[in-house]
Order: sequence, then structure tokens, then C-alpha cells
Amino acid sequence: MAYFKKSPWLLHYDASSCNGCDIEVLACLTPMYDVERFGCINTGDPKQADIFLITGSVNHRNVDIIKNLYDQMPEPKVVVAVGICAYSGGVFAECYNIQGGVATVIPVDVYVPGCAAKPESIIDGVVHAIGILEEKHTARRSPAGKALSDFKLTDGYSNVKQGTEPEETGDESES
Amino acid sequence: MTQHLILAFAYVLFAPLIGGLMSGLDRIITARMQGRQGPPLLQPFYDVFKLFQKQNIVVNHLQMPFVFCHLVFAVITGFLFFEGSDILLIIFVLTLAGVFFVLAAYSTGSPFSAIGAERELLLMMGYEPMLILAIVGMFEVTRSFDIYKIMESPTPVIMFLPGIYIGIVYILAIKLRKSPFDLSTSHHGHQELVKGLTTDMGGTTLAMTEIAHWYETVFLYAFVYLFFGSNPFLGAAGVIGTYFLEILIDNSVSRTKWEFMLSSSWLVALIMGAGNLIPLFLINRG
Repeated sequence: MAYFKKSPWLLHYDASSCNGCDIEVLACLTPMYDVERFGCINTGDPKQADIFLITGSVNHRNVDIIKNLYDQMPEPKVVVAVGICAYSGGVFAECYNIQGGVATVIPVDVYVPGCAAKPESIIDGVVHAIGILEEKHTARRSPAGKALSDFKLTDGYSNVKQGTEPEETGDESES
Repeated sequence: MTQHLILAFAYVLFAPLIGGLMSGLDRIITARMQGRQGPPLLQPFYDVFKLFQKQNIVVNHLQMPFVFCHLVFAVITGFLFFEGSDILLIIFVLTLAGVFFVLAAYSTGSPFSAIGAERELLLMMGYEPMLILAIVGMFEVTRSFDIYKIMESPTPVIMFLPGIYIGIVYILAIKLRKSPFDLSTSHHGHQELVKGLTTDMGGTTLAMTEIAHWYETVFLYAFVYLFFGSNPFLGAAGVIGTYFLEILIDNSVSRTKWEFMLSSSWLVALIMGAGNLIPLFLINRG
């Protein structure tokens, strides 16, 4: 039996945003929405996290930080990009320092729409992510999956993407 | 004697269950105090089972035996307690378990773990004097270091040691990693300390520290039971009362700095501990 459904621990990273989505993420922890009902914990430690929640667009300074955090997270892990900035750069897309959405650095599993994203839709996105987490867990337990998960640790994705122009990526998901 | 041995093995088997449920209840009560609904009662078990299923990334393989020893000595502490061993030995084994935890954090090389480990050493400096004074007090009342002799004292030990009980409640907050003294492993990971001691632990290692904490929780409340031990009902009431008191303290105060923690816990040991012991000495020996 897999317990990821019952105990998803979040790592929240605010890339370069207006902090609107950031505040909405924190609103999920308040008595009004109380995500701890579902066993969610907002942990600041990538080594203990299951879901990587990113708000805001990626700039050239935090590319390495995002990669680092992603690599430090143990498998299985899921990335949730919250808000329009995390998708494409949003209103900041044209800025000189902005590289684009989160998908230009790491593979994203779930996009949460909104500017700023509503707490309800963030929770909805996390619930969606839990399903993917569960799938990844079962895939990892198969013999082929075990070999693959060791390979994933080597940061293959971000090396490929490094140096290429930021591009608009659609609903990209890693299986 | 065999009865005590059975109780000791029962502790080894069921303490994680009880400790986990206490932790779950703690989280629900905490949430209610904050006006939230809170997680399900079995949440700590879900967390630990999930952690066992995660990939285990270890920075330094030395960490694993240290964490394992932390768990083993936490189990041995309670085992010796219920087996009716010498209480001094039990406290030394408890300290040893703490030392292995600190070593585990130091072995990783992470700056956050190092800060957590340093603070854990300070916390140990803070609670040790009061713990030793409590044992001295119990000896003074019952003339024994034997757990069951202390428990079978005709009048509850707390009648003679009210000050020491207050001191124990104070350091229990340190030992249970409750809010004013959660210096070494912060409750909320998204703060300056990240997760302190456990920053570099994830997956299996974190699950093991969590289970060790459950064992310790059960042992500590069993220690509190000693104060009320002569009557089982009074004992249960005392333990439950202390449990709620600790949760209340946890939710009503914010984290202190280590200077305050150290000076205040020593001051409490001096005033409540020594202030209780000296009259007791004078009455007994005078």
C-alpha cells in the first residue's frame, strides 16, 4: 500500500514573482483552508519533500537553486507550477532577467492557473499532483522503474535544457 | 520479576503505537487550539510509512549507524525503565541516545544540521541538571533508585517533590521538542533553521528518528507517572494533565533564544529543584 496519498509534504519555492501566489500558498495553511487536514505539511527541507511547489517565473539567478532543490528531493517527486508566471513568465516574460516558466529548468507535472492562483485551485493542483505521485511510486517499484529512478538522479533533463533558448512549453509531463 | 520483564517487552512492541497515537492526538489538539480541523489521528503513522517508501538519499553513510544507535538506545532506555532497572543507568542511556542523534547530525556536514546539533547539545546541558535533581529527590523520598520501589511509595512522590515536578514539566518541553525550546529541530521547516538536526535526513533515516521520538515520548510520560505512581488513577490523571499542559505551552509561546533556554532551565533547576531538595534534606536528616 502506498501512503503518498495521505502524507504529501510540500516544498514551496518562490522564484521571481509579485508574491501574490506566494501569499495564496500560505493562505492554504490558515484555518480557512487548513491543508493539514489532508496530511500536507509545508516543509522547507527538500530532502523531506514530495511535492515541489513553485510560484513565479524563473530568472537567471535562481536557475541553479531550482535545479539544486529538485535534485535534492528523493524519488518519487512531483513538481507543481503555481500561477501564470510559473507557466510562461506571465507579465514578466519580456523582462531582461527572466528565463521563462519553470519548465525551462525542471520537468513540471501540474500547472495551476490563475493570477494570483486561488487557494482552492492550488489545493486542487496539489490533489492532482498526489495522483501523479502515486503513479510514479508504483512505476518506481517495478524492476524497470528502479533502474530508471537511479538514472533520473543524474539531472539529465536540466543538462539537456541548459543553454537552449527559453521556449514555450505546453503541458509537459514526465513519466 | 517476570511481570516486569513482560512489561518491558510490551513496551518494545507497543510503545511506537502509543507514541504515534499521542503524537496524532497532539497534532489534532494543536490544530483545534489554532481554530483548524487538523489531520487524522493516524497521520503520524501515514507519515512514517510514507517515509519508508521514499528513496533514501544519504550524504554520509556514517549517518545511518548513528541514527540506528539513536533508535536502539531510545528503545533500551524504556526497556530498562519498565524492567525495573536502576534509574541512574536509565538516565545515562537516555543521554547516550541523545548523543548519537547529535553525532548523526554532525556527520552530514550541512550547516543547518551543524547548528541543530550545537543547539541540541545546549538543550542537553539545559535539561540534564533538572533530570539528575529529580532522581536525587526521588531517592531522598523513597531511599531507592529502583523504579518500582519509587512507584510503590505509600504517598505519591509529588507530595514531597512539587517543585521538582514543576521543573520536570519545564524540561519536558525541551525533551519533547515543544515550542519555546524547539531550537534544534524547528517545528516549521520553512524558517531560518530549516529542520535543524534532521535537515539532512529524509526517507528511512527520518522515519527512524520519528519512531525513536515516539519511544522517548512514552518513556518520558512513564517517568512523569512515577510522581503519581502510588495510585493508578491518580497516575493516569497526572500524565494526561501534563500532556495537555505541554500542548498548551507549545501553542502559547514562541521559540526562545538558546541563552534564555539555558539560563532559565538552570534557574528553574536551582530554584524549583534545589529549593525543593534542601528543605527535604533538612527534614529527613535534621
